[in-house]
Amino acid sequence: MMEAIQAQLPVLQVVIPLLAAPLCIILRRRSLVLPFATGVCWLTFLVSVSLLGDVLEAGVISYALGGWAAPWGIEYRVDALAAFVLLFVSGIAALVLTYAPRSLSDEIPASRHYLFCTLYLLCLTGLLGIAITGDLFNVFVFLEVSALSSYALIALGGRRQALPAAFQYLVMGTIGATFILIGIGLMYQMTGTLNMADMAARLPAAEGVRTALVAFGFLTVGIALKMALFPLHVWLPNAYAYAPSIVSAFIAATATKVSVYILLRFMFSVFGLEFSFEQLGLGRALMPLALAGIFVASTAAIFQRNVKRMLAYSSVAQIGYMVLGISFATATGLTGGIVHLFNHALIKGGLFMAMGCIMLRLHSVDLDDMAGIGRAMPWTMAAWALGGLGLIGVPATAGFISKWYLIEAALEQGSVLVAVLLLLSSLLALVYVWRVVETAFFHEPSERAREAREAPVSMLVPTWVLLGATVFFGIYTAYSAGVAEQAAEAVLGGLR
Amino acid sequence: MSGMVPLYWALAIPLAGAVLIALLGRWPNVREAVTLATGVALFWFVASLVPHVLAGEMPGVLMVRLLPAGLSLVLRLEPLGMLFALVASGLWIVTSLYSIGYMRGHAEAHQTRFYVCFAVSISAAMGVALAGNLLTLFLFYEVLTLSTYPLVSHHGTPKAMRGARTYLGILVSTSVAFLLLAVAWTWVVAGTLDFRVGGILAGRASDGVLLVLLALFVFGTGKAALMPVHRWLPAAMVAPTPVSALLHAVAVVKAGVFTIMKVVIYIFGLDLLTSTGISVWLMYAAGFTVIAGSLVAMAQDNLKRRLAYSTVSQLSYIVLGAALANAWGVVGGSMHILMHAFGKITLFFCAGAIYVAAHKTEISDMRGLGRAMPITMAAFLIGALSVIGVPPLGGSWSKWYLALGALDAGQILLVAVLMVSSLLNIAYLVPIPIRAFFSKPADGSDPPRFREAPAFCVAALSFTALGCIVLFFFADDVYRLLVPLGGG
Repeated sequence: MMEAIQAQLPVLQVVIPLLAAPLCIILRRRSLVLPFATGVCWLTFLVSVSLLGDVLEAGVISYALGGWAAPWGIEYRVDALAAFVLLFVSGIAALVLTYAPRSLSDEIPASRHYLFCTLYLLCLTGLLGIAITGDLFNVFVFLEVSALSSYALIALGGRRQALPAAFQYLVMGTIGATFILIGIGLMYQMTGTLNMADMAARLPAAEGVRTALVAFGFLTVGIALKMALFPLHVWLPNAYAYAPSIVSAFIAATATKVSVYILLRFMFSVFGLEFSFEQLGLGRALMPLALAGIFVASTAAIFQRNVKRMLAYSSVAQIGYMVLGISFATATGLTGGIVHLFNHALIKGGLFMAMGCIMLRLHSVDLDDMAGIGRAMPWTMAAWALGGLGLIGVPATAGFISKWYLIEAALEQGSVLVAVLLLLSSLLALVYVWRVVETAFFHEPSERAREAREAPVSMLVPTWVLLGATVFFGIYTAYSAGVAEQAAEAVLGGLR
Repeated sequence: MSGMVPLYWALAIPLAGAVLIALLGRWPNVREAVTLATGVALFWFVASLVPHVLAGEMPGVLMVRLLPAGLSLVLRLEPLGMLFALVASGLWIVTSLYSIGYMRGHAEAHQTRFYVCFAVSISAAMGVALAGNLLTLFLFYEVLTLSTYPLVSHHGTPKAMRGARTYLGILVSTSVAFLLLAVAWTWVVAGTLDFRVGGILAGRASDGVLLVLLALFVFGTGKAALMPVHRWLPAAMVAPTPVSALLHAVAVVKAGVFTIMKVVIYIFGLDLLTSTGISVWLMYAAGFTVIAGSLVAMAQDNLKRRLAYSTVSQLSYIVLGAALANAWGVVGGSMHILMHAFGKITLFFCAGAIYVAAHKTEISDMRGLGRAMPITMAAFLIGALSVIGVPPLGGSWSKWYLALGALDAGQILLVAVLMVSSLLNIAYLVPIPIRAFFSKPADGSDPPRFREAPAFCVAALSFTALGCIVLFFFADDVYRLLVPLGGG
């Protein structure tokens, strides 16, 4: 029995949240639907833990959906990278939903809670599906599932600014998705297959063809839009700033990371290292964009008064770090990029959760209102400060581990300049993080801060779990950097 | 079984103390008893390590494997770290005594936070002292910066916030921009970050790269306060005086020069530096800071600021010793970590005692104060003479070895720098106690009547002043501890 389930884990990973989503509409009652959705998320997390264990032990898992063999049917393919992404996406989804009830009651009308759960599970389904599938068209389908549900999630709060933000996201996201679809279509036309491994094997014959170049271009731009790579990031700050706190925490921690995963999959697994980087010089295109994104977005973050918006700009900068790691196209650089996917997911998820606690008590995330809040909400702000240290990359936090790999990768290639720029950029993070820490802990309390109380335990514990994890993974890295190294090797090895 | 020494106790004891202090914050007497007990326990543990070092062992302990590539957090005991750990933990006890008098005498707020952060800082300083590789050192270096930030900004006034921001800004930005780069670069070039006798960089990189690396290390270690990255030290003087005394005359600043010394001895290796001559510029940079720091100190009327610039100047003695890269220089510089610690902590204790008892911060107001505070002013004179380097006080030995080192390296000009600096030290330190004893107050009023600082303060500063004298006679033991650093 257990073995039979074990064999079906790859499909269960996606099917469980997918089927649970409509069930939420049937259950409808708030008291039922939230615990149900939370349970589903934890179950999904257990599946992903088990999958990662299998992959690390036995290597790549290939699962033929419906029993149809690979190039004809849809293949689910779990390698170290996919399992790693599945793990943190489902883990954060579960943790955020555990944290959600109090914040949800405060920010979203009770009559819409069942809708929230449905959309949340659908979004999770989409993100997990992208990570697990080995089929190009399937990637697009899941991408749309996650994107459409996240537009709705952002608008769900009913705050006025959330609507244009969601609409902007929708327009930009759809353009991105269309580009990706055109790219996939062109490649299908060229090779006659949609299976990633199969296509990787057939592409070399078609590499000289202009169609391949056009497809490559469409895909690159489309994915860059989806992952908010500078200068295609404009949709992100508003979307994150005005979404309900829970949605910000979940989407900021997972959505863009999964888009980075798509970039890795397409450029390394499908097109291959040689075509993408050596023939077309993708690294030379990505590196300046990544560095510019880091500096522009970090500088923009310094000038934000809305702290959630500040964190959103910081996210754009952090995407820059991940892309920078990828642009090196070496084992060290990729490890840095991939481990930063994970580390930043923990850090940013935790920071947005702390902001949710602030929102609950202050009904504002404005820096002026947060003055002196450290006295009323010491646990919340201590957690925030911990996450902030991670963003700066202080040693013994997860952020340091990522940064270390990136610097090492830059120096290995002899580009001292890139290493210097990387380090200088941490100083910008120091400025925007410390501005908040100082205001919260050392300024005279604002009117709102004087009346505030510490956030409820039900929210504090998940926040601390996530931010505590950033310290844990800053010191004990066998399961973060260790897995990322394996994932990087798997990616560099390609599918052939 | 030299590998089995549980060095992590040196970190764990003060951390456990910090937790207890936080929990017992409601009962000040118990809280302060815990602080003292922790200090004694720590010093006792650190002292118990001395026989290992004297026996020539270098016991190490692996804490955790940080990166899969083979980078680990490692603690390892060696003579220089032993000395630094002894100084920091020993003076912590004295400073805790002093703090009780000072903080109560001054009715300071947030005393629990103060003692907690203090204990955490000491734990970080122990981590720096015992670090077995550069990464571990860097980690605790940063923890030390962050844990002292609440101490510098303790008063929470706009002035304190400004000072604390300068403090944090300079220390973090130099360490992240330069020191971390240097560490990562060393890792890529040498393939290891371990502190090894003889260094790890020889033959691994061109002279040009080594020169750049040395500069990155030196200016990245902002805590060593080599000009032009010294501005944080005067800024940190907004902190309560016990903080200035232990952290900004001993633990933090010595962690800086200690880092440079470690890098010179165990990363570059003395032979590499002397054979390539890449540290010659550093000798002159340090010499410049020695003189310039003294000159700026002369212009300060605020006592703590004057002492701060004096520290800037004195720290560069140690950097100079490292840059000389010969046996005398290294031993002299290392010994100065100890000797300057006792002298300068005495001076800061006195400055704080004057502030508590007479509420004076400006030197020009301190004329005639000797009648009121004879013990404090006598201790000040002893501390000042030790910093200047007059026998029979401890400070004379380290300067003697440094001068020998400069002669050995053939740098006559630097010997002159050392001599001129001693004269400058006399000019800005000695007049303070002299005028206190022999002048009348500036406003012509009668000298104030006897009114010393709280007993805890007086006891602490008398103890360290006596220490300056005692160290003169025990310099040989220190020398024996340190002599392996020079390579035999």
